[in-house]
Amino acid sequence: MEFVFDRENNKEGIEDLEIFIEDNKDKLGALMPIMQKTQEIFGYLPLEMLQLISRRTGTPLSEIYGVATFYSQFSFIPIGEYKVSVCLGTACYVKGAQGILEEIEKELDIKHGGTTPDLKFSIIEARCLGDCGLAPVFTINDDVYPHVKKEDIKEILAKYR
Amino acid sequence: MLVMDMLDEIKDKNRKQLEERLTQKGGYIIDEDGIKLDGDYFKKQVRIALKNCDIIDPTNIEEYIAMDGYFSLKNILNNMSQQEVIDIMKQSGLRGRGGAGFPTGRKWETALQYSSDKKYVICNADEGDPGAFMDRSILEKDPHSVLEAMAIAGFAIGSDQGFIYVRAEYPVAVKRLKAAIAQAKEYGVLGENIFGTNFNFDIELRLGAGAFVCGEGTALIESIEGKRGMPRTKIYRTAHRGLWQKPTIINNVETLANIPVIFQKGVDWFTKIGTEKSPGTKVFALVGKIETAGLVEVPMGMPLHEIIYDIGGGVPDGKSFKAVQTGGPSGGCIPENLLDTPVDFESLAKIGSIMGSGGMVVMDNTDCMVDIAKFFLDFTVDESCGKCVPCREGTKRMLELLEKITSGNGKKEDIDTMERLAVTISSASLCGLGQTAANPVVSTLRYFRDEYEAHVMDKKCPAGSCQSLLQYFITDKCIGCTKCAKVCPVHCISGKVKQLHVIDQDICIKCGACQETCPVNAITRS
Repeated sequence: MEFVFDRENNKEGIEDLEIFIEDNKDKLGALMPIMQKTQEIFGYLPLEMLQLISRRTGTPLSEIYGVATFYSQFSFIPIGEYKVSVCLGTACYVKGAQGILEEIEKELDIKHGGTTPDLKFSIIEARCLGDCGLAPVFTINDDVYPHVKKEDIKEILAKYR
Repeated sequence: MLVMDMLDEIKDKNRKQLEERLTQKGGYIIDEDGIKLDGDYFKKQVRIALKNCDIIDPTNIEEYIAMDGYFSLKNILNNMSQQEVIDIMKQSGLRGRGGAGFPTGRKWETALQYSSDKKYVICNADEGDPGAFMDRSILEKDPHSVLEAMAIAGFAIGSDQGFIYVRAEYPVAVKRLKAAIAQAKEYGVLGENIFGTNFNFDIELRLGAGAFVCGEGTALIESIEGKRGMPRTKIYRTAHRGLWQKPTIINNVETLANIPVIFQKGVDWFTKIGTEKSPGTKVFALVGKIETAGLVEVPMGMPLHEIIYDIGGGVPDGKSFKAVQTGGPSGGCIPENLLDTPVDFESLAKIGSIMGSGGMVVMDNTDCMVDIAKFFLDFTVDESCGKCVPCREGTKRMLELLEKITSGNGKKEDIDTMERLAVTISSASLCGLGQTAANPVVSTLRYFRDEYEAHVMDKKCPAGSCQSLLQYFITDKCIGCTKCAKVCPVHCISGKVKQLHVIDQDICIKCGACQETCPVNAITRS
């Protein structure tokens, strides 16, 4: 998907990040917390901010890129306003989570890992949300939907549209 | 700041309030043994690691103190030497609950032996096994038990800095831990001069970022150091050279939650529970096709069937039990005839599975074992860090073979190839992820070989789960309403109005749309 990082609109965020880097850069192992903060502020890791982190911490951009691509929570594209995480852990899988995921993909017309063009929804495959007693389960931001059935999905998503 | 005798005061005051609140709420047994959850589900359970869960308010340190919290730490700092603490840990026989079962006391002793200007205590809260959520429950419902245990560990090995590495997927746990650490510092049970002694111990939270392999000790250390979480070559034990090359002990959440209780109730009490080689209890996440899903904590050595039937209530919806999967992606599937196996580290390993972190996923006759093996392989392929070629490439090849088999294109030699691959992957990988990656395949092949053969030879999925091996048929019940023909996306259903319709098997894509639409349930699949 196409998008541009807007420096003007993110001025405050950039300032916050700069302060965070300044406070933490001398701590051991600060890179991941800094990257997590970046993602927390902007919703993803903009290249421009990774370059900033590289300059301020003296970490080569290649190394930052290596860390960013290793962990599945880091994203180079914006995440939608509503993050739909479908649990595909074992308990959910045996209770039909794959079908739930496919139904959500169909409803939103994007694949997992993708974001809708209006930046409203993203679908994320979650490894295990730790709600195995409620399987199959998915979450939309902080709302948990336990024991979901395929038929309910349309209605649930409609609440967020 | 809290001084020694204030602890009793807080306990007395809050214990009464807590008991009153719980009596009002109902569902608890309160007697001289303590406070327990009431109900059939809990009758056979012995709760040590979960003892405070669903009882105390996890956001209030005083309620933890009301349940004897921080008394063990107080007693240790007052009356014991480092070696004495370690001796008790060794005598208790507590073994790591994260999966490998390494004796905790021995780990601590190694770390104590190496002198260093800095040592670290890490709590491994990167609970990644799909189907296991006991660590999450402890962190969310009883965070102080972990903090207290870490401080005890810190005192024992001579460390003043702890880290909790917690999965980013557990936002509530992170929130509770942050609040708990702040409270503990406020009360002076963490931070500088704990209980007015000269012992200092601080705990920092580090968040994972979604990499399963970071549950492996050395990968976790790499991740805290801010690098890609890839396991190290194990020349040194982490207790010798771990985080930033300093002596480091890594303990799992559940292991830690046991520790304050051991010091409070004593070694004799603890070793009476469980088996000789595996004392104590283990928490299992009993989930999947089970009547009552949830966390169960039972003495080690309890037979599987007792957990599944007596506590969990067996398989629901009139279906029959097929297998129970333990140990997550590193574990195996255990068939019905082995359900009298006691759960402890050795017994489960003997039958080709592992204890692992305690996931226990029950499967019924509609679950295909080949598909389950494929599910886990898909997981390991995704989560293999890529350092060791046999794991990176071998698991991928194995997944391809499983995909071939479940799509009906398998050959007999594919099974042999998988068995050979399994040996290579397990013997030539650095870390536990690779060494056990083939277990789901090996164990299902061992106990459910006939299912693999049915897929390969007869092109049939006995459980009726593998889509491409299914066939849809229209029975005589058909009333010729034409609904199925209209809904079929590939137009493979033919027939006249009010006459029996037929599915052209060569064109059918097995989407099941016809079966869902049929008003008289005339369409079957096999």
